[in-house]
Amino acid sequence: MKPALRNPKVLAGSAIALLVVLAALFGDWFSVHALGQDPHTLDYLVINQPPSGHHLLGTTGSGEDVLAQTIAGARGSLVVGLVSALISTALGILFGVCAGFFGGVADTVLNFITNLFIVMPVFALTLIVAGYLNNTGTMTIALIIGVFGWAGGARSLRAQTMSLRGRDHVQAMRMLGESRTRLVFSEVLPRLYPLISAMFLHAVIGGVLAEAGLAFLGVSSPNTISWGTMIQNAQNQNAIINGLWWWFLPPGFCIAALGTATGLINFGIDEIANPRLGAARRAAQQAVKAA
Amino acid sequence: MSSGTRRRAIAFARRLRFYVIAAWSAVTLNFLIPRLMPGDPAQAVVQQLEVKNGQNLPPQTVEAIRKLLGGVHENIAVQYWHYLGNLFTGNLGISTGNFPTRVTTLIGTALPWTMLLMGVSTVLAFLIGTGIGALCGWRPGTRTDSVLSPLSTFLAAVPYFWVALFALWLFAFRLGWFPLAGGHDPDADPSSPRYWLSVLHYGLLPALTIVFSSCGGWLLGMRNMTLTTTGEDFVLLARAKGLSNTRVLFRYAARNAMLPQLTGFALALGAIIAGSVLTETVFTYPGVGSLLKQAIDNRDYPLMQGILLFTTLAVLVANFLADSVYVLVDPRTRAQGGDAS
Repeated sequence: MKPALRNPKVLAGSAIALLVVLAALFGDWFSVHALGQDPHTLDYLVINQPPSGHHLLGTTGSGEDVLAQTIAGARGSLVVGLVSALISTALGILFGVCAGFFGGVADTVLNFITNLFIVMPVFALTLIVAGYLNNTGTMTIALIIGVFGWAGGARSLRAQTMSLRGRDHVQAMRMLGESRTRLVFSEVLPRLYPLISAMFLHAVIGGVLAEAGLAFLGVSSPNTISWGTMIQNAQNQNAIINGLWWWFLPPGFCIAALGTATGLINFGIDEIANPRLGAARRAAQQAVKAA
Repeated sequence: MSSGTRRRAIAFARRLRFYVIAAWSAVTLNFLIPRLMPGDPAQAVVQQLEVKNGQNLPPQTVEAIRKLLGGVHENIAVQYWHYLGNLFTGNLGISTGNFPTRVTTLIGTALPWTMLLMGVSTVLAFLIGTGIGALCGWRPGTRTDSVLSPLSTFLAAVPYFWVALFALWLFAFRLGWFPLAGGHDPDADPSSPRYWLSVLHYGLLPALTIVFSSCGGWLLGMRNMTLTTTGEDFVLLARAKGLSNTRVLFRYAARNAMLPQLTGFALALGAIIAGSVLTETVFTYPGVGSLLKQAIDNRDYPLMQGILLFTTLAVLVANFLADSVYVLVDPRTRAQGGDAS
């Protein structure tokens, strides 16, 4: 882990991600005690106020404090991101590793299902299934996003597992009579962790983006504040054509920041784990310097 | 020679088989979704229509709705058979939100708008992103690369609809350069040149937001692939032969780095209709995306089902075509007999 944290990209990404996690954990407490604002408090005396000393990021059309809402939104968005990422990563491992390791009929069937989910219009499916379900709670939304979003990861895991299965250390353990379960869990899976963690990070931001997109289209859980529902409220109450930029800019910026953070971490890990990328870069840089 | 042709034919047949089964699965999924959902979608539709018309529906209409969405007192296999029959005759039912317009008519009217807007901007984003990405990957660490690559990481993570809302606020509301909503000038005559100019004017801002948002993804993908390919022996050999830099880049490195991009491009083309929901909602554009949003808002199940089916089939056709082209571009897939993906 040490070399990873010395990488400036990983460091910057982790710092931003940590900030979001802290906001999700202690945001409510912070808003109430440090800012003196509760994200749920409606104050009809101060609606649509631009940023000021009292409301640092202004107020919404119902007089809620935008900064407090943005901090509270971290939890709503992150919970959906994490839960959906857990589900999709678990499904991805199940389908990808099983298909790659067992081969044969299992592979044919599992790989077919994976390919099917890759070519399906996932966002439209998610939207429609959520549309059929009338009461969509946060967990339902996360579940739908996760169930429809695992296929890409499964495909790369399958390819990696197939290559690992033929390696000497796995073959050796097989000769020694290790059970298949043990082979998968102690020989194959540990070597997939870098790929799995990258997939997971990718899925978190994918889940956050999908939740925001669904909320924007009106599929969200009422009473939950997330960055997506904030933008949806702003859109519904015509924040754009009334010029209330302070209302819809902060939540989108936060999503983008979280996305960049996961992107940077993945980039950094890739640089460390994939020496070829680094070597190619160095060679090319030298070529540039020489020219 | 003939064995190569034969192998190609087998690979083609395999892919065709995958897509035929995939299409069948999509059709079946479309049949199952409303039947697996809690509650009774068909009853909801009937009630909606009765409230709207202020009178009871004729029994044959109720029967038709039940055939489409389930709840009819028939064996599920019989229902499925009727459903398939309806599909083959192009009967997707009647929209409840726009009663009594047929779902196929609604989709047919909206489709050209979506194809035009989303098609053009997806192709543009792909070309621009891939082009710049190849240059960045070819010369990593230059000023252009060190600015564009992190910027693309950021852009890829910005929610698209947020960019679109921001652009709408800045360029249409504050600066007044573009209209706030719609797909064409409502007062212009559809055959006049003024109408076509207004189509261009109304479509420009949505198209620019799509290009802006999706360019970054193409750029990053192509950059990293070019970077990896540049380290390969065959590129080194091309350099050693003393070929010009442009030739090595375009004929050797970029050509091979392009391959994964092409797969992505096919998926993106197929996803056009699904992706149009956000764009068209922000810009109130009269395409299939707006139609889907409207269907979900009104709980217009027949329309939802029709659009989902249509979208899925579009994705499958796009992917099949892309797969077929891929075989022509990449000789390795031919040798291996081709993977269905």
